[in-house]
Parts: sequence; structure tokens; C-alpha cells
Amino acid sequence: MKKQILDLRVLSNSRLNHNHNLLELGCADPLPAMVPGQFAEVLVEGSVSTYLRRPFSIHRYDKAANTMHLLIKSVGEGTKKIASLKPGSTLNLMLPLGNGFTITNNQEVLLVGGGCGIAPLYFLAEQLFRKGNRVSLLIGGRSAVDIMLASEYRRLGNVYITTEDGTMGEKGMVTQHPVINQADFPFSMVYCCGPDGMMKAVAHLAEGKKVDCEVSLENTMACGIGACLCCVVETHQGNQCVCTEGPVFNSKKLKGWTREIETACSLDN
Amino acid sequence: MAKLEVNLHKLKLSNPVLTASGTFGYGEEFDDFIDVNSLGGIIVKATTSRHREGNPYPRMAETPMGMLNAVGLQNKGVDYFVEHIYPKLLKYNNCVIANVSDSTVEGYVEVAEKLNSLEHISAIELNISCPNVKEGGMAFGTSCPSATAVTRAVREVYDKTLIVKLSPNVTSIAEIALAVEAAGADAVSLINTLLGMAIDAERRKPVLSTITGGLSGPAIKPVALRMVWQVAKAVKIPVIGIGGISSAADAIEFMLAGASAIQVGTANFVDPAVTVKIIAGIKDYMQRHKIDDVNDLIGGLVL
Repeated sequence: MKKQILDLRVLSNSRLNHNHNLLELGCADPLPAMVPGQFAEVLVEGSVSTYLRRPFSIHRYDKAANTMHLLIKSVGEGTKKIASLKPGSTLNLMLPLGNGFTITNNQEVLLVGGGCGIAPLYFLAEQLFRKGNRVSLLIGGRSAVDIMLASEYRRLGNVYITTEDGTMGEKGMVTQHPVINQADFPFSMVYCCGPDGMMKAVAHLAEGKKVDCEVSLENTMACGIGACLCCVVETHQGNQCVCTEGPVFNSKKLKGWTREIETACSLDN
Repeated sequence: MAKLEVNLHKLKLSNPVLTASGTFGYGEEFDDFIDVNSLGGIIVKATTSRHREGNPYPRMAETPMGMLNAVGLQNKGVDYFVEHIYPKLLKYNNCVIANVSDSTVEGYVEVAEKLNSLEHISAIELNISCPNVKEGGMAFGTSCPSATAVTRAVREVYDKTLIVKLSPNVTSIAEIALAVEAAGADAVSLINTLLGMAIDAERRKPVLSTITGGLSGPAIKPVALRMVWQVAKAVKIPVIGIGGISSAADAIEFMLAGASAIQVGTANFVDPAVTVKIIAGIKDYMQRHKIDDVNDLIGGLVL
């Protein structure tokens, strides 16, 4: 897939909560083909404190409508500038970057998202749904306000919610929800995106159930194309760039993410 | 037709725009965005005598108009380079320059010797200025005797154009430049990154795993420009300007300060096509100022 740099038009900008916006983008020319899990590096115009692009997962891609969505979490000046764009304005993106999730066929699958980690999971759920998979989505957040787009996700599968303060869904962390702790685990694949601690915990649970878990990492990066070597993650094959080797990894590939391989390695030594 | 060719010792560049080592991979990362052959040349990622995993993550911190990095020369070593990377570089017919680093003089010599026989590598850039390794790197570039020693040792085994990349983390960069010139360098390139630091106040922690790192990007341009000007006045060999160049105007400023060619670094991360835009912008500047030969810009600062 050839990477491109494109000026896209902001078609709509919806505020989801106090620090998240959903941007809908379009283009007169056809958008490049994209797969779930890939990301875009977005140029920030008019920000004096930032210089680099910002990476965002492709939240949705609609080939027929030739539109795509990005879920923007406002953190610093750069992301705030992007989140404040008005419809009609232009946004410069480099895309599609990185590798996507494995798309299974006719399976029972579980998607787990924490906070803005739900960003790549809509596009993923949609593709999995189209391929005949039975999709369950487990969404976690600190509080009810952090649970975004649940109704959108409900169109694609069963949605389960946890909040740490119990203001929505089950009280606690995603790893405490009954759906991921069933003795007779119905899922043949787990996909996860969220904070590293959450992803590790989910990967451990999946490992315990002898099921593969694909995680989408969000390491700080500069270039997004494998040139700067800043976003590396330690894998069993050495340091690898999250931008070009990931951002989606099977958790078994990552050093320190699985119990089994760690034990095996230490026994070898 | 504007003449863009410049000479760096024996090298003939089709135009003065090069890429800075460590910001352009091995060229192929940029093939989707630009015709890499349209650049004056590329300086590929640093090669050391042995495989290096580099520093632990986090290796990057964004700072106002720039970034700190602490990559630490991650590469697979010179033998891997010769066997697996060099063949892929043969598709580029512009000037391909290797960047050489190590932790000992013997290591530098070993890499330079192995690269000397590669026909398609037309020059090496000796990196005596990397701030992100515990041993070697910048340590060689911050004193005249050690800069002299490593340059002289490599000069003995390397026949083609030898560029030495200087560290700005010194009291007098012109003195180091004079020292490497006397030791046999054919050109100097400057500046490498400035040693810097970032702190996350909320967590009371350094942002980088190595605590300190190398600052690059537009934030360092005024410092780089000053150093290029000082060095160009001091030495007779060609000077290559580096430091925050992200536009044709920046490139021209470095040439007016005395640089014969320039390297684009961090800007490649923001716009992978920036180098070709800089070449076009230089042509445009020459047309507007009725300059036929880009060499007329070198050291053309009016005082």
C-alpha cells in the first residue's frame, strides 16, 4: 500500500465529551485503501509549541462514501488545534501507515477498548461483522463520561461496559468483567487497544484462555514511516518500530507481555 | 538554466540538498513520497562495527519547534550493512554517503575499511558527535586530541571523501574543525544535535530513558547557523550546514553563511517530501535574484 500525503476536507466535527472530538474527513479524489488498525500522521498547522505530526488510528473508513473518521483526544496544543477545526477547513494527513489487525472469518471474537483506545475498534468491528464474525465489544473507562460511541458500536455486536467508579455498566476494570472471565471462553480471538497496563492485563487473560490477542500500541513517534527509530518496542526479535512493524502486534511477539514465553526463555538460559 | 551542481572535495552533487543521517533511514522509507535520486545525495543511518539495539524506549520527546532523541545508534552492524543494505542502495544513482560511528578508534577504522571497498558509497561521514551513546560518539568530537586521533586513523584506511560531523557541544567548534582538517578531513558537516533534556513535571520523571538526549529541529537553527558561519571562516575545506533546515530560505541562509551543501534532518519527519520542495525553492530564489550558479551563494553573506 503506497503511502500518501493528502489534504483532506473536514466534513464534520462532533464533540463526544470534554476532551474528545470525532472528525469526519473527505476528499474530491478517492481516498487510499485502508485496513483496520492502520493510522494516519496528521500535520498541525498554526501551533507554536509543536513541530511533529500526530498519529491517530483510522476510526472509520467508508470506501463507498469516500470518507474517513478520526477520534481526537485533546491533550496538548497540537491535538487541541486539530480538535477545534471547523467543517470546511483542510487537514493534511500522511496515510495509510502501519499494519492492520488479522481479520478472521465466521468466528466469535472479543474487542476490548479502554478510553480513546476504542478509536481503531469501530473500523475493526465493522470489518469483522462483514466477515461473518460474532462481535462482542468490551469498553472500559474511568467514568460514564469516558464511554463514547457505545450506541454506534451496538449496531455491530454485543456491547459490555465497565467504569472504575461504577457510573455506567459494571464497576471495575475491563479485566474484571464477566464476559472476559467466562470459564467456558467462547472467543477464538481477542483484540485490544488502550493504555499499556490494560492491554498487558487483557493479553495475560487471553493467554490464560489459550487465545491469541492482538494489541494496538501507541508509542510516541516522530516520523511514522520507520526512519527515526523513536517508537520502538522490545520484541523477541529485538527492538522493532511500532509505526512500520505495528502498530498492531500479536502480544506473544512482545517481550514482557506473556508469561509462557518469558518462562520458557528463562529456562533456556 | 540555473546551475545547481556543487562540489564537496571529489564529490559532485547535482544540487546542494542532502539528507541528515538518522532522519532518512536507508532512503527506501521515502520512495513512496519522492524521487530520492533527485536529491544531491543521501546520508544513510549510522553504521557501527557491531550490531547495536540502541537505547530503551522512550527515545523521543517533542519540545517547542523541535524534538529530543535518544535512539543511540540502533543498527545491525557493518557486516549486515555490506551484505543486506548496500545492495538495496544500488538503485540510487545520486551520491550515497554512509555515516560511521563506534565506541573505539579501532571500531571506526574497522567500519571505514569495510566501506572503503564499496564502489557505490562515494564518501563517509564520520560521526564523532552522537550524544546518545555511553562510550565513544560525542566523546571523540569534544576535544581536539581525540577528534584528531579518530580522523587521522580513519584517514589512513579510507581513500575516498572523508566528511567529519561535528558536535555543537563544545566551547569552540572552529578549533575542532581546524583539528580535523589538519588530520585529513576533506569536509566537515555541522551541527549534530545539541545535548538537551525534558522533564515530565506531573510524574517528576525525565521523559527520555537516557535522561538527556539530542535536540534537533527548527529550535536549533540560529545556533547551527552561527556555528557554520564561524567554521566556514576558519577552515579551507568545504562545510556542510545542518540544523533545523525545513525550507529553501533556511537552506539559502546556511549557504550564505558559508555552507557548500546542506542536510535536511528532522523536517523529513514532518514532511517526507520537504527535500524536493527545498530544491525547487532554491531554484525559485536564484531566479528571483538573477543568480545563475548556486555556488555564488556560498559565503555570500553581505556584511
